[in-house]
Amino acid sequence: METLSALLYLVASICFIMALRGLSSPETSRQGNIYGMVGMTIAILTTLASPIVQSYWMIVLGIAIGGAIGYVVAKKIEMTALPQLVAAFHSLVGLAAVFVALAAFYSPEAYGIGLRGAIAKGSLIEMALGTAVGAITFTGSIVAFAKLQGLVTGKPLVFPMQHPLNAALGVLTVILIIWLVQSNADVAMWLIVVVALALGFLLILPIGGADMPVVISMLNSYSGWAACGIGFTLQNNLLIITGALVGSSGAILSYIMCKGMNRSIFNVILGGFGGESAAAGGPAKGPQGSVKAGSAEDAAYIMKNAQSVIIVPGYGMAVAQAQHALREMADVLKHEGVDVKYAIHPVAGRMPGHMNVLLAEANVPYDEVFELEDINRDFGTADVAFVIGANDVTNPAAKTDPSSAIYGMPILDVEKAKTVFFIKRGMAAGYAGVENELFFRPNTMMLFGDAKKVTEEVVKAMEA
Amino acid sequence: MDQTQLSARIAELKANLAALGQQADQLAAQVAHAAQPAAEAAGGHGSFFVTGLTVLVLACFVGYYVVWRVTPALHSPLMAVTNAVSSVIIVGALVAAGPAGFGFSKALGFLAVILASVNIFGGFLVTQRMLSMFKKKGK
Repeated sequence: METLSALLYLVASICFIMALRGLSSPETSRQGNIYGMVGMTIAILTTLASPIVQSYWMIVLGIAIGGAIGYVVAKKIEMTALPQLVAAFHSLVGLAAVFVALAAFYSPEAYGIGLRGAIAKGSLIEMALGTAVGAITFTGSIVAFAKLQGLVTGKPLVFPMQHPLNAALGVLTVILIIWLVQSNADVAMWLIVVVALALGFLLILPIGGADMPVVISMLNSYSGWAACGIGFTLQNNLLIITGALVGSSGAILSYIMCKGMNRSIFNVILGGFGGESAAAGGPAKGPQGSVKAGSAEDAAYIMKNAQSVIIVPGYGMAVAQAQHALREMADVLKHEGVDVKYAIHPVAGRMPGHMNVLLAEANVPYDEVFELEDINRDFGTADVAFVIGANDVTNPAAKTDPSSAIYGMPILDVEKAKTVFFIKRGMAAGYAGVENELFFRPNTMMLFGDAKKVTEEVVKAMEA
Repeated sequence: MDQTQLSARIAELKANLAALGQQADQLAAQVAHAAQPAAEAAGGHGSFFVTGLTVLVLACFVGYYVVWRVTPALHSPLMAVTNAVSSVIIVGALVAAGPAGFGFSKALGFLAVILASVNIFGGFLVTQRMLSMFKKKGK
């Protein structure tokens, strides 16, 4: 029986690997997702069949309640709110890990790791680590959720002694774990939970809104490591494998996001970016000059007569829900024989790949959407670059001004296009607090207004 | 050999037999005692840590190579699906919620089952919703 269930867990692990493998291309991705569901079903059924599980009604009730909530949320959620949803889901994994670890602490017999009050030392360490990482994931994700949802300010919240305090809490957690291993005391376990909860909260608080792609990826990674820790406690290879997959996936995504901003992971975690310090230095030395504001009719006329148009969407497009209007505009242009492409910066939006999903939602075929490395050369031959809701990722200061906060960040070379349109609500600087010199160039035309409204006006002018 | 001698001999043999039986019992107990640590060493904690660590490291390598091959366009579905998959922690919750009777651990297990289920259903469904939107040109 035990061998059989171990083998079935192995099958489930393979299914999870196949689920990630499927995502290497959109064609195989749907099949991959089915592998994932199959793997999860196998894992659950195998566990239910084990002799330790004797009463089912509570489990069925729990799955029914949770499943119903998950189903409704997943069906109703707007694609623009995806980052918040993922953050919320991460917090649930974290909390579940804490609960499982506590359950194992209070009835170790069920998990075969010793007796209450006399749990093997190794198991206690693993349990404590799983709990701590789970608790940090829980509160950290809640803060990330609140920031993304706009419940608290997206601005980094910095206060004095922040880093020493966090470091002290980290050291305290280690001391508590040592105490727990020595004493097996309930108090130690609960203190670990409390300190880790506080630590998760304080760690994410100072990180600003536009750094959320990194934070979400990082929390994704943490939720995996929490599962891993629990896997060691339960001596279950499936949990270890899955935890490692998720953990490394989140870590790689964090790395990609950091590279997209030319910042180190420590710089992001330490936080405070885009706050007063950066804003104070930025605008003062920005180039000043005259800004050319255009009308929707101008933009429509120029684009209709262009050969090729590259659209650069950013977070502003998501906020204004302009993706559908944008696709309509592209349809009209394609009908006129204009070549239309989309260029996506790695950190556009509030989570990795967010823009791709929004464009896909608006029925933009994925083979018209390109990543930075694949499209950057095309700007030189493009007639029009249409920037909608993006700013910092197009700022040439990243290449030319070593004193700039964004210096070294890879950018989309929109300035090389013959004409650049910027849809913006006003002249405010971008998230990094750096003025964009592109606004003052002779080949730039600003289209002031809400991204969705302006795009709709352009479409109307084109059809007129 | 007379009667008394014979009965004395039988009594002696009986005693020997009893002693032998006792010895056998002792031996059996000793074997059982010796087997217990051996079993613990084979399936017990110390060696699981090494096995687990091996699995962990290998799985990290698999994860590393598989995730780098994921196309950047699908990074959002990747996060959603890894999130759903990490809810496999439900396995631990089921063990906690499974035993007959009622207790603190069972209540914790029940809550964890609910949380993980939200994630499993929500995560896979939202991934499916996202992936169904990615279409090719001309379709």
